[in-house]
Amino acid sequence: MEETVTEEKIVAVIRENFPSEVISVESPYGFLTVNLKAGKIIDIIKFLYDKEKYQYLTTICGIHYPENKTIQVMYQLHKLAENKRIRLKIALPEEKPSVPTLTNVFPAANWMERETYDFFGVIFEGHPNLIRILNVEDMIIFPMRKEYPLEDQTREDKNNDMFGR
Amino acid sequence: METTTIKNSDIIIGQKPEGIEGAGFFATSLDKVVGMARKNSIWPLPFATSCCGIEFMATMGSHYDLARFGAERLSFSPRQADLLMVMGTIAKKMGPILRQVYEQMAEPRWVLSVGACASSGGIFDTYSVLQGIDRIIPVDVYVPGCPPRPEQIIDGILKIQHLVQTESLRRRDSPEYKAMLNQYGIE
Repeated sequence: MEETVTEEKIVAVIRENFPSEVISVESPYGFLTVNLKAGKIIDIIKFLYDKEKYQYLTTICGIHYPENKTIQVMYQLHKLAENKRIRLKIALPEEKPSVPTLTNVFPAANWMERETYDFFGVIFEGHPNLIRILNVEDMIIFPMRKEYPLEDQTREDKNNDMFGR
Repeated sequence: METTTIKNSDIIIGQKPEGIEGAGFFATSLDKVVGMARKNSIWPLPFATSCCGIEFMATMGSHYDLARFGAERLSFSPRQADLLMVMGTIAKKMGPILRQVYEQMAEPRWVLSVGACASSGGIFDTYSVLQGIDRIIPVDVYVPGCPPRPEQIIDGILKIQHLVQTESLRRRDSPEYKAMLNQYGIE
């Protein structure tokens, strides 16, 4: 019960300092998740780092929602002093997903942002070295976007007669 | 082909090529002698990336013991290796490295593709996995299985041995062979 109070407190603090930035708050599987507008995301994370001691960046990743034509970027922060976690989500337009880099707050965001770029094509403006990190350099697609099929498209021996597609 | 057996035993200790024999001499063709020597002294380079590599370790171990077939000495340098054994999933990012290893090997060289992944991509029909190593390097023998048992790997080695033994000495100089390498973009 007390945890819920604390979680709401942090949301209230965000609302107070960044009015009209919070779109909605949810708690899937008990994990506090705040949907934010994209504009001030770096300022908000910087604020959480400086004032609220959320000083560990667990992960960054992308999520593609083709039905909304958006690509979301998810930041997961951890306050180690109290073992509290928070997930921040922003939605970016599918045709030009672009957001400022987080590397000035968390140097560890470097590789995470490269991975998100690699798989979803999100451009992190100001990133020191935004190139592919896991896939081959000459790949021309962003494979985790839903419009790209999972299978290797260069195979000619897999026809519908044998593989039912 | 004649074989020599120890008395009161069915163990075959060696195979003699066809030739003309008399007191104090044995005449045969150079091809056959070189083929026999090469066949029984293959230095394999294991390129093991996943579970097929574990089966290879069992193949090299005392129970199956690939050393019985003259492949005692593994070469971890491609320069001295005769046989490239590719065992496991090759990600597209690993492709150029495998190709470089192949290019560093001296002729004559053979390639054994062990397992479904190396041969065709296997279950990993996905954007990040090479759909068979024969897309980047020529392959001599494919061993099916996911993963193949050591017996199957040994069977593949025996097939390689057959190729090694029967290959003519000038095959690697032939225009067909060069054209085949050129298909893969290898000079």
